[in-house]
Amino acid sequence: MSGGAGRRKPGRDEPAYGAPDEEEATGAFRRSRGRVSARFSASQAVILRNLVSQVAELMRAAAAYPGAADSAAAAAAAGPSASQDPAGGGDPGLSPEDFAAMIGAAGPTSPPEDPVLARLLPDAYRDDPEAAGEFRRYTEQGLRSGKVAAAQTVLDTLPAEGGQVRLGPEDAQAWLRALNDVRLAIGTVLGVTEDYEDELEAASWADPRSAYLEVYHWLGYMQDSLVRALR
Amino acid sequence: MSVAPAEVEREEAGLDAVPDTPWVTIVWNDPINLMSYVTYVFQKVFGYAKPKAEKLMLDVHHRGKAVVSNGTREAMERDAEILHGYGLWATVSHDR
Repeated sequence: MSGGAGRRKPGRDEPAYGAPDEEEATGAFRRSRGRVSARFSASQAVILRNLVSQVAELMRAAAAYPGAADSAAAAAAAGPSASQDPAGGGDPGLSPEDFAAMIGAAGPTSPPEDPVLARLLPDAYRDDPEAAGEFRRYTEQGLRSGKVAAAQTVLDTLPAEGGQVRLGPEDAQAWLRALNDVRLAIGTVLGVTEDYEDELEAASWADPRSAYLEVYHWLGYMQDSLVRALR
Repeated sequence: MSVAPAEVEREEAGLDAVPDTPWVTIVWNDPINLMSYVTYVFQKVFGYAKPKAEKLMLDVHHRGKAVVSNGTREAMERDAEILHGYGLWATVSHDR
């Protein structure tokens, strides 16, 4: 696990004094009057919106597991369904695929090969592929849509041009999960360890990895401040 | 939903407790999840008081894993599903 706020504040490019046209400096989440709030610069907003959008896209993608593309293609090949063509007067009956999707039994049974997907959608059984597959079949779609919804909450509440974000209890929970999903995705791609701060301090400016580590560090700082503001 | 995590003590599920049913939910250590966040999730999901949630978090951190709940297989799968929603690496298994 990671210690969180760490030894140093993130954001080397953050002004030491608030920009003149800003009421207050950007920074950590704070609690005030039953809500939590934080101020984001325009560039921070762009980065975070971009990252949560990527996680949402990843979670929406159907072709993440073997065979998914086939079933998606088969569903498309089945032609316009009753729900897409309500005025067609055709048989409104559900196809087996529609029914399976409704009862949540249409999910994949094998773990994703992509390491980021595997981390966001982990196996629930360590040494029992069959049980893991059954669990996945019934839970993966719900897990994916929950992550998409959390990402969407961030997009809905974080202005693209930056500024103040004020969150009620439910939106704050969504932010907490969305920030964590983004950190899991970046951290997995970077292969971070618990000692990543040492690497960050030693990293050269010329190393493109240091920019990603800096973003990862900032996300951890923001998430940690949100946890503390919610306690 | 309340901003403050519920501090309702759920049934003791410590490592030393003898469970009535032989299924457990295990959370595994990873280098990414924040210690403060994991503690918060244990409080929020299980209603554990902060000292207990913190102890479980430290068990995960130092020992690599910790049993965070026990019960029926269905209940443990439900716990794992919720923990996956929070991004924790949780698995279900028979208690040994």
